[in-house]
Amino acid sequence: MEPLVQLRERILARFPGADVTVLPNPAPVGQDSLVIGREHALAIARFLRDDPELSLDYCSNVTGVDWPQQEVIETTRVTQPDPTTGTPKVYEQKTKRLTPAFLEVVYHLYSMARQHGPVIIRLRTGNRTDQVAVPSLTPIWRACEFQEREVFDLFGVTFEGHPDLRRILMWDGFKDHPMRRDYVEPDDYEWEPTAHDDVLKKAQEHLARAEGRQP
Amino acid sequence: MSDATAQLAETTRPEPADTPRGASSPTPSPESPLISEAERDELRRQGILLTSLEEIYNWGRSHSVWPLQFGLACCAIEMIAASMARFDIARFGSEVFRPSPRQADLLIVSGTVTKKMAPQVVRLWNQMPEPKYCIAMGACAISGGPFKQGYNVLKGIDRFLPVDIYIPGCPPRPEALLHGLMQLQQKIRGQKLTGPDAPRHLRADDPCAYPVPEFGERDLVPPQNPAVWQPPPPPVRPAS
Amino acid sequence: MNLESGISPAADRSAPALPAALPPFNPAANAQVREVHDPFHGDLLEVSMGPHHPSTHGVFRMMVTLDGEAIVKLKPVFGYLHRNHEKLGENTTYLASMPYTDRLDYLNSMTNNWAYALAVEKLAGQPVPERAEYLRVILAELTRLLNHTCLAGFLLQDTGASGTPLMYAFREREKILDLFESISGSRMMCNFQRFGGCRVDATPDWLAATQRFVDGYNEFLDEYEALITGNEILMARTQGVGVLGPELAVNAGITGPMLRACGVNYDLRKVDGYGVYPRFDFRVPLGDHGDTYDRYMIRVLEMRESLGILQQALRDLPAGPIMDPKAKIRGLKPKPGEAYGRIEGPKGEIGFYLISDGSANPYRYRVRPPSFVNLTVLEDMCLGQTVADAVIILGSVDIVLGEVDR
Repeated sequence: MEPLVQLRERILARFPGADVTVLPNPAPVGQDSLVIGREHALAIARFLRDDPELSLDYCSNVTGVDWPQQEVIETTRVTQPDPTTGTPKVYEQKTKRLTPAFLEVVYHLYSMARQHGPVIIRLRTGNRTDQVAVPSLTPIWRACEFQEREVFDLFGVTFEGHPDLRRILMWDGFKDHPMRRDYVEPDDYEWEPTAHDDVLKKAQEHLARAEGRQP
Repeated sequence: MSDATAQLAETTRPEPADTPRGASSPTPSPESPLISEAERDELRRQGILLTSLEEIYNWGRSHSVWPLQFGLACCAIEMIAASMARFDIARFGSEVFRPSPRQADLLIVSGTVTKKMAPQVVRLWNQMPEPKYCIAMGACAISGGPFKQGYNVLKGIDRFLPVDIYIPGCPPRPEALLHGLMQLQQKIRGQKLTGPDAPRHLRADDPCAYPVPEFGERDLVPPQNPAVWQPPPPPVRPAS
Repeated sequence: MNLESGISPAADRSAPALPAALPPFNPAANAQVREVHDPFHGDLLEVSMGPHHPSTHGVFRMMVTLDGEAIVKLKPVFGYLHRNHEKLGENTTYLASMPYTDRLDYLNSMTNNWAYALAVEKLAGQPVPERAEYLRVILAELTRLLNHTCLAGFLLQDTGASGTPLMYAFREREKILDLFESISGSRMMCNFQRFGGCRVDATPDWLAATQRFVDGYNEFLDEYEALITGNEILMARTQGVGVLGPELAVNAGITGPMLRACGVNYDLRKVDGYGVYPRFDFRVPLGDHGDTYDRYMIRVLEMRESLGILQQALRDLPAGPIMDPKAKIRGLKPKPGEAYGRIEGPKGEIGFYLISDGSANPYRYRVRPPSFVNLTVLEDMCLGQTVADAVIILGSVDIVLGEVDR
């Protein structure tokens, strides 16, 4: 199968102005992925499925990833002349940066006809609160039907064009999206003898709340 | 029903004059003041069966406990294995797995009870006729087990139901289930039909239906049945 | 059902529920054929099957709409065993997730372990010694035997052959569980694979016992097939029931024996060639009709092929270590990155998708459950069939709720 950079060129030639970037994967397995903008996602997905060279007819895995805003400290080394002696010296500059907050939907595509893959494509929402819509790829691959419902249920991504977007694992009327990183569980712990620090911490918080103190 | 049973139990109790005494004649124990266990065994060897209604009633009940065919998770597979040829739960009279709760005596909660499933489990329990018993099979049914920290996992079915027997294990082996069943049989055999210790189904004031929790916005409402379960007090206060 | 529409179950059965070519996905095509309350033709009946139902293989629920006895709409309802596997996996270390994977598809803990170990090995770039790869193949194929045997038993249970076939199946299952117990210490929850190898080595006694078991299994399969395969009732109940076309199957992401019953040649053991599978000589059975009977037969034929793989693996099992000496198991902190590892489980493609941010816990831990995705086409297979057939069709999909809901 062609490398992703080449595939990106072909997509850009077919859909001028589309927002497609290659996201490198530093892990040894080297499964890089394509980040695709929301506007052309449906058309590009259809192209990936119907292109005879790719023929990605099988969507294996659909999942969501939550990326809340994080503060990243980046260290860069700058060589500057020392102000007193004038000799060059290496300084470390630390810059703080806030990462953008968004939800991501990852699709793993394979080809059963040509038996190659995976091509990993990612769709990203605008933020985590009000712009959480991405186009649904269920009209292209029906394999996404339940898995997109699951991403909607657990992460809160709304899929535009999904035929039956309801909660699937939690009950209807449930209010939160439990797989998000900032989900707060209901406080239903009791004290238990355990060596796990996080469980002990939870029990202490529960006890404090029961006694009316601030945890 | 309880009054009639009590009367029957009274009338069929053998008179002291009728009881033949063995040569050794040990003093009768306070539990059975009329005839001792050794004497009864001796009579059995002679082909005479002496019993009380309570005993034969409980004996019959304990050897025909019909479980509900109700599998939740991993433990259900071991429950099925227990009913198959190798472990053969039929040796204990419990092979009749009934699909309908109306025909079952025993609810084996075999697996993780999630919050989404908890109302259905309570409803099944309410649909079972008394006398009924509940076995919490496996760590999940007891306390949530390995999934205790999950947001959708009920931390033990005993928050909603009165559990008779707890079988630990993840999953318990079929032998453990059989042992739990034998413990339940022992419990049934020890039940009194009269008096203040009478089981739930003979007491008119006890509820046989338990409140079914409803789905709330974040959790079950109520999260537990306070009449059945109270959170245990911490034995040692964790240092804060 | 009223007189006007007529009672003709035979006519319903002969007609396949699906057109040959895949129509564009249109939810309206699956909608009910008429109003629920129809004073002229009679009301449709809405039945909730489950979550407590004797033949739904766990706490699975189907909202079924019936016209007489024919199914006109079927919506599965999930989540009654949603145990938050993925959330727990993100809050524990890499190693601590391994016992949880046992409880995903609780019939096949060995293949779940392998899929997870494979994903972590891909993430961390961890090699596996040869003996461990052979042991993994042996245990995975034993698991496949176990799963398919149990499925055949349960399928017959669903058709109404209560007891006997399941007893036969569980007799063989106990033999496999004995092997698992003696190598891993647990009957069902084996927790056997590690990143970079296996937990314990197989003793010569164990290998001899496995060889004896494998030698005798063909005999059991012959006996079982003589009992079941040519059975007239089974053929009447399953042939032409729940037909699934190959185009729809591929598009809906169906994997495993269910896909191959439609005639699509896609077996990850051949396609990906993970582990040492390319060294073994085995065939991939394919079906013709994609009906319930084919799905049953594919599993029987796969068991025969598994026996062949087991014979070869037991013959060629090399000596050597079972763990990579440089493997880090406790406190594994892979470098940032992501990996998707998948294997051919007995139910289909089971995959794990991991994102590492360099800490001891995975940032994202995702399970690709085969039986969950395979249920996508349940409605398409059941439309036009009767309620009793829906139970068999569901049985032939081969779901385990621990994996469907996770």
